[in-house]
Amino acid sequence: MTSLSQTIQDVFNEPGCGKNQAKSEKERKKGCTKQLQPGGAAGGCAFDGAKIALQPITDVAHLVHGPIACEGNSWDNRGAKSSGSSLYRTGFTTDMTENDIVFGGEKHLFKAIREIVEKYAPPAVFVYQTCVPAMIGDDIDAVCKAAAAKFGTPCIPIQSPGFVGPKNLGNKLAGEAMLKHVIGTEEPEYTTPYDINIIGEYNLAGELWQVKPLLDELGIRILSCISGDAKYKEVAWSHRARAAMMVCSKAMINVARKMEERYEIPFFEGSFYGIEDMSDSLREIARLLIERGADPELMDRTEAVIAREEAKAWAAIAPYQERLSGKKVLLVTGGVKSWSVVAALQEAGMEIVGTSIKKSTKEDKDKIKKLMGDDAHMFDDLTPREMYRKLKTAEADIMLSGGRSQFVALKASMPWMDINQERHVAFAGYHGMVEMVKEIDRTLSNPVWQEVRRPAPWERAGAASWQDRAMSEDGSSPEAGVDGTPPSATGPAITGQEAA
Amino acid sequence: MAQVVKSSKACTVNPLKMSQPIGGALAFMGMRGAMPLLHGSQGCTSFGLVLFVRHFREAIPLQTTAMSEVATVLGGFENVEQAALNIVKRTKPEIIGICSTGVTEVKGDDLKGFVKSIRQRHPELDGVAIVQCSTPDFSGAFENGWSKAVTAMIEELVPDVPVAKRDAKRVNVLPGCHLTPGDIDELRDMIEAFGLEPTFLPDLSGSLDGHIPDDFTPTTLGGTGCEEARAMGHAGWTIAVGEQMRTPAEALERLSGVPYRLFERLTGLAACDELILFLSEISGRPVPRKYRRQRGQLVDAMLDGHFHIGGRRFAIGAEPDLLFALVSTLTEVGGIVASAVTTTTSPILEKLPCESVMLGDLEDLENGAADADILVTHSHGRQAAERLHLPHFRIGIPMFDTLGAAHLVTVGYRGTRDLIFALGNMLMHRHHEPSPDDWRNAWPSSEGPQISPEPEKELVP
Repeated sequence: MTSLSQTIQDVFNEPGCGKNQAKSEKERKKGCTKQLQPGGAAGGCAFDGAKIALQPITDVAHLVHGPIACEGNSWDNRGAKSSGSSLYRTGFTTDMTENDIVFGGEKHLFKAIREIVEKYAPPAVFVYQTCVPAMIGDDIDAVCKAAAAKFGTPCIPIQSPGFVGPKNLGNKLAGEAMLKHVIGTEEPEYTTPYDINIIGEYNLAGELWQVKPLLDELGIRILSCISGDAKYKEVAWSHRARAAMMVCSKAMINVARKMEERYEIPFFEGSFYGIEDMSDSLREIARLLIERGADPELMDRTEAVIAREEAKAWAAIAPYQERLSGKKVLLVTGGVKSWSVVAALQEAGMEIVGTSIKKSTKEDKDKIKKLMGDDAHMFDDLTPREMYRKLKTAEADIMLSGGRSQFVALKASMPWMDINQERHVAFAGYHGMVEMVKEIDRTLSNPVWQEVRRPAPWERAGAASWQDRAMSEDGSSPEAGVDGTPPSATGPAITGQEAA
Repeated sequence: MAQVVKSSKACTVNPLKMSQPIGGALAFMGMRGAMPLLHGSQGCTSFGLVLFVRHFREAIPLQTTAMSEVATVLGGFENVEQAALNIVKRTKPEIIGICSTGVTEVKGDDLKGFVKSIRQRHPELDGVAIVQCSTPDFSGAFENGWSKAVTAMIEELVPDVPVAKRDAKRVNVLPGCHLTPGDIDELRDMIEAFGLEPTFLPDLSGSLDGHIPDDFTPTTLGGTGCEEARAMGHAGWTIAVGEQMRTPAEALERLSGVPYRLFERLTGLAACDELILFLSEISGRPVPRKYRRQRGQLVDAMLDGHFHIGGRRFAIGAEPDLLFALVSTLTEVGGIVASAVTTTTSPILEKLPCESVMLGDLEDLENGAADADILVTHSHGRQAAERLHLPHFRIGIPMFDTLGAAHLVTVGYRGTRDLIFALGNMLMHRHHEPSPDDWRNAWPSSEGPQISPEPEKELVP
């Protein structure tokens, strides 16, 4: 495990992360992971994060070495789309049983790799390490090495046992595995001055395809997307790109930075969510490419595309103004999305009554202030009860959040819309923002809200509903954060992990 | 009758099976004011939680002891203790149900001892029931976890004293995990129709039936209370549904002397007759008119349905007790089992009215379904169904791409009737219109162009 702990230390010591650099040496050693509280934690483990980050690579066989829980309870549950192979959606696991624990699971793993290679002939097999085989000392690096030599198929060990940390760390460990074993191992047929990498985009609901047509139009080639709709080879030759965009989260910052270090691929951090963000990202891509030798006229063409697309998007949003004007939105997400969708919502006439800043950086917060004014309602963490109060007292008409908090809204018979990773509608690029406004309108204008709020005919007029009772307890609730932590943390699954 | 064959593959492809701890956690979710707690790394909980949220479309109470690498090596007592304290402080549960996982079982954490020590060190937790069970991920399956959790609850809650005076009107019901909240409601109606008072352990119908709750609660929204569970020794009978519930039923009988009757299934005409007769006997009441009528409807449904189900080949993947209920019922209306795959061993498997059953995965099911007419399994069968161009009847956990998973009723006369209709309809809608070329060169030995009745399906991007 030495090499794994070294990797983790290395990942924690990320110079590309502003937050990390502000810390003292000692603090940095502790890592960026908050100590998990037993009985008060929510969110996935490192294995979950590693799998999420890499599973969108479509033609690879993703083999989970562990007991049935790790794959059996979780497979095929993400909406990353593929334009080709569907092998990535097949669940492979060694399903370790007692015998494996007693005698070791290495031979079993080797056989499993053989079966996969024989039956599916994938370009590579990714082997994910989980807690149990890590504990009993199964050396998946050695097995992968032996299997790759024997079968002639790259076998990539992903060191990601769940107990080493949370999902975000898993994302990074997955990135490390790519850097160590995959990136730089193949060469593309040809390169162009317009080749880019997109890092940290997973093509959920096909969002990459909302962006790709514009890049195609500009003659910009996505040499590799890590990892949405990617093929193994594309990741392997990604070191030949001229520039890179790191999408949205800091989940894969180690990949972007180390590729800059090793292969001199400059990168910027951008987002495809929100009209202005999309435009900024296109500009940045063009700028970096020009810096690296592309024809400067690229910028003119880019500006032309931006102007055209923005005009079309704003025009498409305009018709919704009448119905959405004055509607109040509560944004419960994190990071970039805490502000990137704000402009589009405002353009449609909506008012943002609050936005969460749980995972947002200082820059994110500045942007919120710029968009929403100094008195912007930013909150760090919203308890379910508080979310509920805001909806109930009509401080908000609709809540936009991740799937886990939906029941707070729905059980209170209030409109809710998913804007996080589990959704099935694509919200990226110009079309995506229009789509989002359309979805909000579809949600808000649904007559169902009136229907479900109507009390049963036998209920006494004026009787207090549970909602009212819950409200009256507000603040004086015995369970409200004795230690300053919101009660939600132990409540039903409604917090955390929403902006992975 | 059926031969149990174990898949010999080293690599499980497209798992049918889910792990024990989340089966146990679901059982605890059928208790009122419950907070299930998985003793493992936080991913163990997170996966189960996402799975249940997607299946039930409800907020799911489920916590973790958040074992880190270091805690895993040194032992997890502090984590379990802290978790219990935190949960009690924040959510005020009536019961905490702890399930171990692969990680903590490999370490060898003694949960039973942990709970004992926590009890000694924290008298302030006396009002909270703490139930633990050993459910390693690397053995058994979902069904076993459920069974172990129910057994653990009985052993923890039901006093070990034979009750002198029993209330003949009261009946304990131990439903297997293959019964949905809708099934439990149906069963409750049937039992109450005989003037009996059932206590379900556990009762998912109160907690995961998708109702709008009366109160804001961070634990389960309803279910059986600990007090009711403690009083189960006073009942006249215990009804256990599914072979998986034999162990808990025996535990209850051992502790309190309540006799049990195990129903291997409650789907199918004969199986329902048996239950109705039993209820009539123990209650001393005649069968209500409602159920006489429902029986007639089921008989008619079987007659109507046999045209479409008879001779059709079913590929079924489910946990042992659900598989038994489905295979038995379908063969009773002429269905043929093309392929039966299950997750874990169970004495019930040998009784399956088909040639063989495989302990395997969805790849095995798919391989055996080449000549099947319909696929019957949980939502993960969707990829296989797509590849094979087969209709896919979703049943079991998880059903994440279907509304109303909690309300799919397959028990009782009415549930069986609706199951036959649903399957019959799927098969009927698949009816192939004859075309002029269907019988051209149709003999298997004939040479010449082979015309496939199904067009090749292109993958839509």
